[in-house]
Amino acid sequence: MAVDLLTRAAPMLRALTGRLVRLLLLLAAVATASFALMAHSPVDPVDAYVGGDIAAIGPEQRAQIAERWGLDDPPLERFGAWLGNLVQGDLGRSLTFNAPVTEVIGERFLTSLALMATAWVLSGLVGFGLGVLAGARQGRLTDRVVCWWAYTLASAPTFWVGLLLLYVFSVSLGWAPVCCAVPVGALAEDVTLLDRVQHLVLPALTLSIVGVAPVVLHTRHAVIHALAGDHVALARAQGESPTGVIVHRVLRHAAAPAVLLQFAALGELFGGSVLAEQVFSYPGLGAATTAAALGQDVPLLLGIALFTTVFVFVGNQVGDLVHARLDPRVVDDLVRARRGRWRRDPDPDVLPAVEPLPVVPEPEPAGRGAR
Amino acid sequence: MSAAVAVPVPGRLGDRRTRTLAYVGLAVLVVLGVLVAGTLAGDAAQTTDLADRNLGPSAEHWFGTDRLGRDMLARTLAGLRLSLVVGVAAAAVSAVVALLLASAAAVFGGVVDRAVGWLVDLFLALPHLVLLVLLAFALGGGTGAVVAAVALTHWPTLTRVLRGRAREVMSSDYVAVSRQLGRGRWWIARHHLAGHLTGHFVVGTVLLFPHAILHEAALSFLGLGVDPGQPSIGILLAESMRYLTAGAWWLAVLPGLCLLVVVKLVDAIGENTRALLDPRSHHL
Repeated sequence: MAVDLLTRAAPMLRALTGRLVRLLLLLAAVATASFALMAHSPVDPVDAYVGGDIAAIGPEQRAQIAERWGLDDPPLERFGAWLGNLVQGDLGRSLTFNAPVTEVIGERFLTSLALMATAWVLSGLVGFGLGVLAGARQGRLTDRVVCWWAYTLASAPTFWVGLLLLYVFSVSLGWAPVCCAVPVGALAEDVTLLDRVQHLVLPALTLSIVGVAPVVLHTRHAVIHALAGDHVALARAQGESPTGVIVHRVLRHAAAPAVLLQFAALGELFGGSVLAEQVFSYPGLGAATTAAALGQDVPLLLGIALFTTVFVFVGNQVGDLVHARLDPRVVDDLVRARRGRWRRDPDPDVLPAVEPLPVVPEPEPAGRGAR
Repeated sequence: MSAAVAVPVPGRLGDRRTRTLAYVGLAVLVVLGVLVAGTLAGDAAQTTDLADRNLGPSAEHWFGTDRLGRDMLARTLAGLRLSLVVGVAAAAVSAVVALLLASAAAVFGGVVDRAVGWLVDLFLALPHLVLLVLLAFALGGGTGAVVAAVALTHWPTLTRVLRGRAREVMSSDYVAVSRQLGRGRWWIARHHLAGHLTGHFVVGTVLLFPHAILHEAALSFLGLGVDPGQPSIGILLAESMRYLTAGAWWLAVLPGLCLLVVVKLVDAIGENTRALLDPRSHHL
């Protein structure tokens, strides 16, 4: 029994290990590259740390700070020390937030996650709906309006869209707060869920408006492609209604690329959240990225680089998995390993032997005999 | 008479070829206009007039004025000029890098091909904006750093497209035959590969341009880019944020709209050219 379980789990384990190894290699490369970048930055870490008091300290004190932090050591040695701490899960201390980097990232990411998840779901649903609509009405007015709209949105700067929404809904109409994730000056225990949602709406709307465009265009393409398929022609010949064709024969075809795209766009989503959070002063990881770069907070920047690498990687992998589940023609090693559990290859010994097809002699090409 | 002329002839712009040419003509006009006007407006963009602060759009100041009484139209034009320069520089550098890497991967194959693929994966591992922030920071900020950061990060997607296409061509039968006939790598690359890649390369380069412009604006908006004294669309929008709550909508809306129009124009050229070069990819 145990052996059976092990043989079944083995391909799954192998697929998972392969992914983990790839992620680790990628992280190592990103860590090395970003550390090299930071080491070559003209920003002086002591200046960055001391900030405005730079005039108040003498060269001896500077040297002391540098020595205490090991800034005199050669870059390779510093890299080794940083890597050693990294492996133990210690990313150092953020200068801007005066807290451990892991803590800052964890806390900030949770705030961002609410924003990004809302925008992700919203842009996926709206984009998919509009894409199906445009694809189904290909060449008509609806299609042209949706396409024009999508291409325009793709050209719009995220922060500009955010500023427009801010002006219209917060400043002019006063429906939404102007900034932040919670009411200004409110105690943490007084903040209600409604408050949070109210502060979330505009940044999430900004992010999803910008994220809609690629989903619309890809879904439309997939719908048009599926509508041209033989199975749709057959369904039509059998008397399926236009709506029925879309619902039963096209939606699943169109969903696969849309889902893959949505997961692959997590990096873009994060980039958008950096801008949206800046517009709405929303205290998430995006705002922390900007603050870290402006405050010359190297440990936090490195930590964010590593964290977002994992974020994008996981997004891509999950996207591949879901894509393979939706579209059985796509072969994914992890899905194959999972499928192996309940849909094993038929045992060749059990199957009845199939009679080989009789070999039909190829007919003489016409014309040769006439010669 | 004018009414008869003004009525659009149906179908005249319905042809994609004509439409693309019209877009290209319009883009040339806009680019020239922005370059000339932006250069001429350089002084006006910095001239302060404290008597005319925070004015809305009027006949005198089409785009209104900012907190120091500077004319926003002049500032927008100067900003657009900077955007175009950054966009052209970044698209050109990225296109050259992408072409070199993709051709190297196709011609040498093996280890070089794998190394290029790996490099592309590495650059795409981070969110693009985070990579830009890291690079701009590492290069010390300022206009030069932004141009370099934007130029150095836009090649991976184009490289991936070109590499995929090159692989397809290199594994085709006629290339195998050509190899059997004793043709060298370079001969094959020149005669069999170049023709297949040109279209993708042109379209890809044109489509890099809007991305580059938007990323420059984003970096400047975050305060990591162009020097704050220099008018750039990103900086204008970042400055407008403080006055938006006071109702100065023109500070944000109009410069952003101009950027949007320029980006959309170039994007439309790219997409239409793509559809013209590869009609099967577009069911329109």
